[in-house]
Amino acid sequence: MTGTPALDVRDLRKIFFQPSPRGPAGLLVLDGVSFAVQEGEFVSALGPSGCGKTTLARIIVGLEDVAAGSVFVDGRPAGPPGPDRCLVFQNYALLPWRTVLGNVELAMEIQGIPRAERRERARRYIELVGLTGFEKRYPHQLSGGMQQRTGLARALAAEPRMLIMDEPFGAVDAQMRTLLQDELLRICDRMTVTVLFVTHSIDEAVYLSDRILVFSARPGRPVAEVAVDLPKPRGGGARSSHRFIEIRKAVSDILAERTSYYRSDHEASGGIHHD
Amino acid sequence: MRHPSVIRVASVLAVLVAWELYGRALNPVFLSYPVAIAGALVELIGTGELLTATVQTLRSLVAGFGIALLVGVGTGFLMGRYRLISLTLDPFVTALYNTPSVALIPLIQLWFGLGVTAKVIIVGLSAFFPIVINTYAGVHNTSQGLVDVVRAYGATDRQISTKVVLPNSVPFIMAGVRLAVGRAVIGVVTAEFFTAITGLGGLVIVFSNAFATAKLFVPVLTLVALGLTLTSLAKWAERRLTPWKESERAATR
Repeated sequence: MTGTPALDVRDLRKIFFQPSPRGPAGLLVLDGVSFAVQEGEFVSALGPSGCGKTTLARIIVGLEDVAAGSVFVDGRPAGPPGPDRCLVFQNYALLPWRTVLGNVELAMEIQGIPRAERRERARRYIELVGLTGFEKRYPHQLSGGMQQRTGLARALAAEPRMLIMDEPFGAVDAQMRTLLQDELLRICDRMTVTVLFVTHSIDEAVYLSDRILVFSARPGRPVAEVAVDLPKPRGGGARSSHRFIEIRKAVSDILAERTSYYRSDHEASGGIHHD
Repeated sequence: MRHPSVIRVASVLAVLVAWELYGRALNPVFLSYPVAIAGALVELIGTGELLTATVQTLRSLVAGFGIALLVGVGTGFLMGRYRLISLTLDPFVTALYNTPSVALIPLIQLWFGLGVTAKVIIVGLSAFFPIVINTYAGVHNTSQGLVDVVRAYGATDRQISTKVVLPNSVPFIMAGVRLAVGRAVIGVVTAEFFTAITGLGGLVIVFSNAFATAKLFVPVLTLVALGLTLTSLAKWAERRLTPWKESERAATR
């Protein structure tokens, strides 16, 4: 895994300005964020709530601007949002007036792919996520798990260079979550996808990733990196393996140590903090 | 409990019978009665008066409503998308929405005379505001989250409008259309009363001036039928255009 990384993030800084009695106050949410993801690699950004993970995902996709720093895709500066990097949303964000098929075709429609090809590709990815037979259902007729499969199919069908997943399984119940994790791994085995996976679940990060970036509390930045050397393909057994438990413990220790240190109030207004 | 429609039919029949019995006992100028009204209906169909009047009314109604729909959706959409436009137009829309359009008829007569133009404008004004206000609400209500989805896939401004903002507004627009249909029917009858006497509203005036009470009921009942038909048409269109709302509708039914 050498050469130009698929995703290269350099020195990102993000400040949110909020109104306050003494004029707009800056809230530093990300500071000095640098990391790279190699092609075909599955990397998790793991951190406590409020550490700016979601903001990071939105910046990489191009939905948010930055105060400083840059994002490179395949060595080129990432331009405006486009099909090269697709976001899978936390709350599914399906269009309620479109069926499963219509939602999966959405990204391809925006890219201007002809109807026949769109249809064919959409059906292929619907099958891949196990939703064949549900093409004509509307989102509200689906369970949370099925809605997120639709969201995943929608992103995959755009055939992006990489997937950015923002706590995609955060809103489904524990059992469905396990099932969706297994499906995601199966899909990643079948096709080469580069994934940046944002989560606050240690188990999820360890089970899915090749590498975990542990983020500090706000302002968020990767403070440690853990390689996950669990053998692939990983099945349900991997979750109870000795090595899994070891890695989970290591990550959990880092998180406890680093985030409690960083949790000392960084929410001050206006100022930008360095440590 | 019997089938609900049995009770409905029985209720209507009972009122008709009571009306028939009571009406026959009165001077026909005051109330008339169902059999006489049915006779008048047959007569007015025979002479072609009813058809001519209905066509006249429908013409003003459809033209006025069509214009209100196009201009209303367009204006509401622009107001929802551009803050400057909404700030500029909002005072006028709010003021005119709360003005009874009957009050404006003398002015419309002064500007546009008594002909079809004046009628179309009165109908248009009556139907316009519920459509504008609902379209605006629908566009305004579009969730930023859904806009972000299409933005994340690289959508242009135009694609954001056609793929998210407009479909999101359709249920709102259709609710406005349903309101507007009722107001348009009131508008057209009022226009026919106060501008050149034509159409079904005109027949009402003509027959009431002649104390032909049985005949007077014919255009009134035709207007009832027209209103019901148009409202169900609007509901049907709403169902066709918003299939994803079907289960919500079923739940509240």
